[in-house]
Amino acid sequence: MHPVPSSDQPWVGRALPRKEDRALLSGRARFIDDLAPVPGLKHAAILRSPHPHARIRGIDAARARALPGVVGVVTGAELADAVGPIPSVVRAGIPYFPFAIDRARYVGEPVAVVVADTRYIAEDACELIDIDYDPLPAVASIEAALAPDAPLLHDKAGSNAINRRSFRYGDPEGAFAEADAVVELAYSYPRYASTPMETFGVVAQFEEAPERFTVWSNFQGPFVLQPLMAGALKVPGNRLRLITPPASGGSFGIKQAVMSYIVLLAAVSRALRCPVKWIEDRAEHLTAASAAGDRRGTVAAAFRRDGALIGLRFETFANMGAYLRPPEPASVYRMHSACNGCYTVKHVAVENTLVLTNQTPIGLNRGYGGPQFYFALERVMDIAARRLGIDPAELRRRNFVPRDAFPYHCPAGSILDAGDYAAGLDELLRLADYEALKKKREAARRAGRLFGIGFAAGIEPSGSNMAYVSLAQSAEERAKTDPKSGANASAVVAIDASGSVTVRLDSTPNGQGHATVAAQIVADKLGLKPDDIDVVTEIDTLTSSWSIASGNYSNRFGAIVVGAIAQTADKVARAIRLIAADALEVPPERIELKDGYAKVADGSNRGMPLRRVASRAHWNPNGLPADVSAGIYESTVLSPPTLGSAGADDRIASAVTYGFVVDLVAIEIERRTGAIRVDKYVSVHDVGRQMNPSIVEGQVHGGFAHGLGAALMEELAYDERGNFLAGTFADYLCPTAMELPPVTIGHVETPSPMNALGAKGMGDGSAMLTPAVLANAVADALGRDDVSLPLTLQRVWALANDGAAPARRPAERRETAPQGGLRGEGAVVIPAPPAEVWRRLIDPNELAAIVPGCRSLAQSGPDRYTAEVMIGVAGVRGLYAAEIALEDKQEPVSVRLVGRASGALGFGSGEGMVTLAPADGDTRLTYRYRAEVGGKVAAVGQRLLGTVTRVLIAEFFAALERRIAPRAGPRMPRWLAMLLALVRRSPP
Amino acid sequence: MSVRIAPDQKQRVTLTVNGKVRSGFAEPRMLLTDFLRHELQVFGVHVGCEHGVCGACTILVGGRAMRSCTRYAVQMEGAEITTVEGLAEPGTLNVLQQAFAEHHALQCGFCTPGILLSATQFLRQNGAPSEAEVRDMLSGHICRCTGYVAIVAAIMDAAARLRRSE
Amino acid sequence: MKPVAFEYCRPDTLAEALGLLAERRSEAALLAGGMSLGPMLNLRMVRPKTVIDISRLPGLDGIALRGDRVITGATVIQADALASPVIRDALPLLVLALPWVGHFQTRNSGTLGGSVAHADPSAEIPLCLVVADATVVLRSARKERRVPARGFFTGALSTVRREDEMVVALDWPRAPADAGHAFEEIAQRHGDFAIAAAACALTLDGARRIATLALGLGGVEDRPIAIDTAAFIGRPADPDTARAIAGSIDERIAPMEDHAASADYRRALARVLVERVVPRAAEAATGGPRRGAA
Repeated sequence: MHPVPSSDQPWVGRALPRKEDRALLSGRARFIDDLAPVPGLKHAAILRSPHPHARIRGIDAARARALPGVVGVVTGAELADAVGPIPSVVRAGIPYFPFAIDRARYVGEPVAVVVADTRYIAEDACELIDIDYDPLPAVASIEAALAPDAPLLHDKAGSNAINRRSFRYGDPEGAFAEADAVVELAYSYPRYASTPMETFGVVAQFEEAPERFTVWSNFQGPFVLQPLMAGALKVPGNRLRLITPPASGGSFGIKQAVMSYIVLLAAVSRALRCPVKWIEDRAEHLTAASAAGDRRGTVAAAFRRDGALIGLRFETFANMGAYLRPPEPASVYRMHSACNGCYTVKHVAVENTLVLTNQTPIGLNRGYGGPQFYFALERVMDIAARRLGIDPAELRRRNFVPRDAFPYHCPAGSILDAGDYAAGLDELLRLADYEALKKKREAARRAGRLFGIGFAAGIEPSGSNMAYVSLAQSAEERAKTDPKSGANASAVVAIDASGSVTVRLDSTPNGQGHATVAAQIVADKLGLKPDDIDVVTEIDTLTSSWSIASGNYSNRFGAIVVGAIAQTADKVARAIRLIAADALEVPPERIELKDGYAKVADGSNRGMPLRRVASRAHWNPNGLPADVSAGIYESTVLSPPTLGSAGADDRIASAVTYGFVVDLVAIEIERRTGAIRVDKYVSVHDVGRQMNPSIVEGQVHGGFAHGLGAALMEELAYDERGNFLAGTFADYLCPTAMELPPVTIGHVETPSPMNALGAKGMGDGSAMLTPAVLANAVADALGRDDVSLPLTLQRVWALANDGAAPARRPAERRETAPQGGLRGEGAVVIPAPPAEVWRRLIDPNELAAIVPGCRSLAQSGPDRYTAEVMIGVAGVRGLYAAEIALEDKQEPVSVRLVGRASGALGFGSGEGMVTLAPADGDTRLTYRYRAEVGGKVAAVGQRLLGTVTRVLIAEFFAALERRIAPRAGPRMPRWLAMLLALVRRSPP
Repeated sequence: MSVRIAPDQKQRVTLTVNGKVRSGFAEPRMLLTDFLRHELQVFGVHVGCEHGVCGACTILVGGRAMRSCTRYAVQMEGAEITTVEGLAEPGTLNVLQQAFAEHHALQCGFCTPGILLSATQFLRQNGAPSEAEVRDMLSGHICRCTGYVAIVAAIMDAAARLRRSE
Repeated sequence: MKPVAFEYCRPDTLAEALGLLAERRSEAALLAGGMSLGPMLNLRMVRPKTVIDISRLPGLDGIALRGDRVITGATVIQADALASPVIRDALPLLVLALPWVGHFQTRNSGTLGGSVAHADPSAEIPLCLVVADATVVLRSARKERRVPARGFFTGALSTVRREDEMVVALDWPRAPADAGHAFEEIAQRHGDFAIAAAACALTLDGARRIATLALGLGGVEDRPIAIDTAAFIGRPADPDTARAIAGSIDERIAPMEDHAASADYRRALARVLVERVVPRAAEAATGGPRRGAA
């Protein structure tokens, strides 16, 4: 809560409650799924690949099409002619279609779309589509993709490393040669996503005469993608009309990826000649929407003895997923031109390699490239501080861009607009009481406790130059294309004949309060109250003022859009002054706009209400003074002049404003559980002038929450075969109110000269630094550098208990990555000789009786069988088509059982080695197995899969035992046999 | 009377929503969320996960906060339901809603209706909660925008205001 | 994310419900609070032909004290159990455990019996049932069957319940007035399925030595397990004994592994939790009449 200022204070700068809230708080705000904008809407469900990588040999949708209520089924192959690929700036023979055609390359890739009367029926029909998949080996990590014998995702690309670019700024080799100390860190950064609470939604309608697509969706831009979508649909831009609903339930960048579904559903609407609605469900969202990309890399920092950072070298491998979906590879280049961070280092070398894997394509996500970049840079700064024996705060301070150096030209082209980084650090240390924290750490360590302090500092680029992604092209490639630069913002301010004011924005907000801030700005300019002003934030590309840079990304609103709003409001104010001055017969300079009036500023109380000014503009256009056009309708399209093209030297100013964030965290680790307790978290921000402090504070807390989630628990995990493991909100863990520690927020304010209001973009800040600062604190507490995210309980426990006095390790090893393979072993003693057991084991009739849930079994070749099996536990049972083979038979000693099964809940494959040994006339049967599970059951059942698999396999051998040696007396209940088998199994 | 509804049979379901008797048709598998939203046009009920984790769809049934995505419309015959639309007279905000606005306890507002309903029951049971209790109650909701700080503050403040007004 | 089509039945009487169950058997799913079944239905992980709604069945939602037993009906809602004076007085362990079960909102729907029938290895109510050495009351159209909790759970999501049987009640021994209890669990987030949980109930003799001790672990193996602590009866209820007990469980447990926790990590947590709950329960027991510590 902030104090209420007096009425003479400007509205901008006040912690004003938001205009948006009344509708949201009363359930009256309208989101995409609340809309049925055209009659006759039908509902779509998307059938997706359960396989990480598979050839699609054929699709039979006949049963689905025959289901009552189904309007139609459209497969990727059927759309292939009508839809072109969505191109990216990197041309590498890897066409991206928003659906699979003859090959699926990630779990969740759309393969077919069913349209039906209801979503329920559409989902039923998806289950009736028979797809003949030929699974291919998959690559599920950057390392796997780069292995010399790695399977190729795209044959024409010739490699999974589809683009590599090297950059040199200054003389990095020289700097490293003359350095007193070089600190190097190899790191990895996980894949995660900021998962807005509202999922994607699209309503697509294709109309004929003229042919036009109208699509309502919660797409958030950047609208540079609109022409790409129109191109993919093979229509001119004005034949793809995009409309956003009044409210959008969060995005954090992720809703950029709605793009793919706009194209897909528009194409389906055309194919079926039917308006279609598709609302993504949460499992679809987690599996296949988008992600913040995972990376591996090394960073090296060259220092002089006094702590001066003189050189940086980054080698980065970025996982793009299975395709390069535009605007990627922008995430790799967002921070590039500011790769010196907040430091004066002049000599920087960068090498970026874009890697494809069998995972969901990545895209915009809060911080966009920043969290990964700062994890490298700020981890290495903390490590260097320890190595050099300089306090980490002091080391940073010595290297900050000094206050008097702004505007500061960075080696790679960014122009830092304004800042006082040392003042920010001072404020941080004051708020944290750093000296006391250090004493606390000392005392804790003396007591044998694990206490650590981490720092991170960084700049927050805002308002992106639309050209920066062209850095992925060489200067020669760029020279062949039309030049690109700038970042348009547009705003409209209009006053109708009744005097009411409407503002239209091109910033497609998703909860950031743009309408409130716009109203504050315009209210100040026109002498009104924010309540008097209506702000329309929906975009309709047919009727709104927009351009390719429109949208909600890269903190664009505070950096650029506010400037467009202010300029437009100035134009309106000028028109009002001219009209009023003419009517009141005074010079326009003497008119002031206040309290809804155009007044003569002479204390005379002469003036006219805005309503009457507006009335003149609309009703008496011919009576208006020269210079004033009829009506009051002003618009502005501006582009910040600093945002030029990328030069031949690969330098570019990639953003307009650069905020500053510096964070400190003190933590204690509970050695025996791995739990991290945050003792203190302080975050100091410079966002320039704060237009609405409570919105600023909300953004800081929200960014922090995203950063903390990424640091501690969130991961879009895949197993080593590319199966996706985090398909529900019980598997993908977002922090709740219980996991978020208190944060102390501080501010320093250096107004930006880049817009009329002095504001800088903001909102990403803590999301970019929190992962690094927490990792730094854990590294400090444990005295080791090999810290990777997410810092889950188990991972921290493993780090804290790996040897009594863990030596500092130079590079990390990725431990406890999810192991997809379910492995186990066991043994049973069967009261029969090995020869008898062997005979039963390889007898097809016996096999039918002992395979759990076997409904039917038929021989398909020598030692080859096909079967229908009902597998599962409790109610979670499904019918699977299975293939079973006996291999490497060594009678009567050992045999390898190889199986594969697929059904509605997923698929599995595995093999088991069975060995028979005589034991006092009986047989000791031992088995070792390895199984892989994919599809839905892997994505939602990870927690229990291992134990369930073990039970099923134990059941197989218990059944074998029962067949051979039926107990006397009443038949042992199944559960008891299972129990016995389990009790007897050797410990794993 | 015992009820038996065939899988494809649409059954009339009559219940009370925000004090008004409403009815619509549902087949057995229709989620309560879908029924409220698309049969009865109660769009303040939001769908965030459909598997009972995120809390966006929380409503009051007989005064108790619960997920509506893991219930089925046919179960609700005769139930008394409150959604966010029923918290205050149209055009007004109640004390809790007002506190949310003043504390900036919402950003995109998608999770907000569910949280308001949980907090409504919670404050009826516990008029003077500690912050820890509020956070415990809130842990049944996922909000991705706010970091929860302002939500906790708003609920604490609403509790204080409600105590004063008693 | 919508369920498969199913027939919906809401019988009026238990007899009718059991008749339906006898008819439909494995093709039926019993729906009470829907906190476990609902998500699995929506994800189409379970695909029943018939859903039998027992949430309104009369006679299953009672909480009754009968001598030294407490009978809780299967459809007692968790929040109601938490608020029940009878349970507060007679089953303090359950009162300590219930706040760990899901969240405020899910406890408003979730039932005691539903959690037991679902048999998640990490679930708190089954763990309490095992530690309390309570009995699960099953009923089919033909007969009633009583199964000790320690033999009821057979694995992840697996129990000895037959297809035609319904869990109708839980029959708990009333906790002795001088017993102390403790419950704790470790999860990545509050309200998540525990990576490991421990529950303890004990009584002390006049010299602060352990007179009776029941100790159990949840989430560690594929079902809640009771730890044999006979060797520690008569030992002083102090941290040393707690450590000794914790040290003794290592060889006797075979922890699950999943991507969130290795067997070693579960083993380590089991030790920590035992070292925490035993002294805490002892502390609660020494203060005179029944008390609990969370």
